[in-house]
Amino acid sequence: MSDRATLAAYATRLGDNALILGQRMIELVASGPELEEELANANFALDYIGQARMFYTYAGECEGQGRDEDDLAFLRPEHEYRNLLLVEQPNGHFGDAIVRQFLFDAFYVHQLEALTRCADEGISTIAARAIKEVRYHLRHSRLWLLRLGDGTEESHARVQESLDRLWRFTGEMFVPDELDDEMRAGFNGPHLEIIEAEWRKDVGDAVAQATLRLPGDQWMASGGKQGRHTEHFGYLLAEMQHLQRAHPGASW
Amino acid sequence: MTKEEWPLYEVFIRSKSGLSHRHAGSVHAADDEMALDNARDTYTRRNEGVSIWVVRSERIIASDPAESAAFFEPAKDKIYRHPTFYEIPDEVENL
Repeated sequence: MSDRATLAAYATRLGDNALILGQRMIELVASGPELEEELANANFALDYIGQARMFYTYAGECEGQGRDEDDLAFLRPEHEYRNLLLVEQPNGHFGDAIVRQFLFDAFYVHQLEALTRCADEGISTIAARAIKEVRYHLRHSRLWLLRLGDGTEESHARVQESLDRLWRFTGEMFVPDELDDEMRAGFNGPHLEIIEAEWRKDVGDAVAQATLRLPGDQWMASGGKQGRHTEHFGYLLAEMQHLQRAHPGASW
Repeated sequence: MTKEEWPLYEVFIRSKSGLSHRHAGSVHAADDEMALDNARDTYTRRNEGVSIWVVRSERIIASDPAESAAFFEPAKDKIYRHPTFYEIPDEVENL
């Protein structure tokens, strides 16, 4: 791949993670357990979508074929999305959404941190902006994990179950593919082995503090980075893309 | 099942360095950390603040409206407490 193509593909992947998680959180709008939590969730969802916009716009520039953020967000088929399987998992109950958020943000915050030192200024600038938002999101989901884990018998059991069920989607975050290698070699991109160690420590500490049990080593699902998604993804995409597909270029 | 309300917290925001915190409103929260987060998410979304204080509403000691006459009226006719009877020398610039 040329350097520009590498950057375009990598920025698209970053945008995909942010957009798909943001879309999942938007599905939760109007069902928050409390007014304040409702506001927080909607704010965070918009933070991710804002990040996706920046990454897509930059990806379009690097690609140089005239595609803009909307083209990348709404007009690609399923297999062209390269987001992690974790972020596309359905919302489930509040504990499921919190665990998904926590496991992803604990990774994303280190990924962005590494990207602020990346040799490409376009990506490092966006990362520097995004990391401030994500640090706060991580604080939020981490505190909720502690409350639910160390809360009532029921909240403990349910959030443990969420953790056990979502754990299998965490493996692919740390398995580098060709694009990760190219970013690392060409642009001082993230070192996934180091991030995995940081993530394990952060997640291990929070899980212990929440009086939860860390799931053991197990079979890990993968394929998101290659565009092979779980069965939930098509439905998400259908809803998200419907408007642009039915009314191309619609605006208001 | 009746829903138990989370306790109420009062929120104070300092809009920029050098100014004092001002009461912004209140939030419900299950604990102190959450109160701070909720205050941040509810009252500083539009770049309103650089510092937040939260305090459990029940911990605020408030004056009793029934006693407002005794509390406040005696100060009403003490105009000599306002520093308006002094000639300010021209040399004093920053007053």
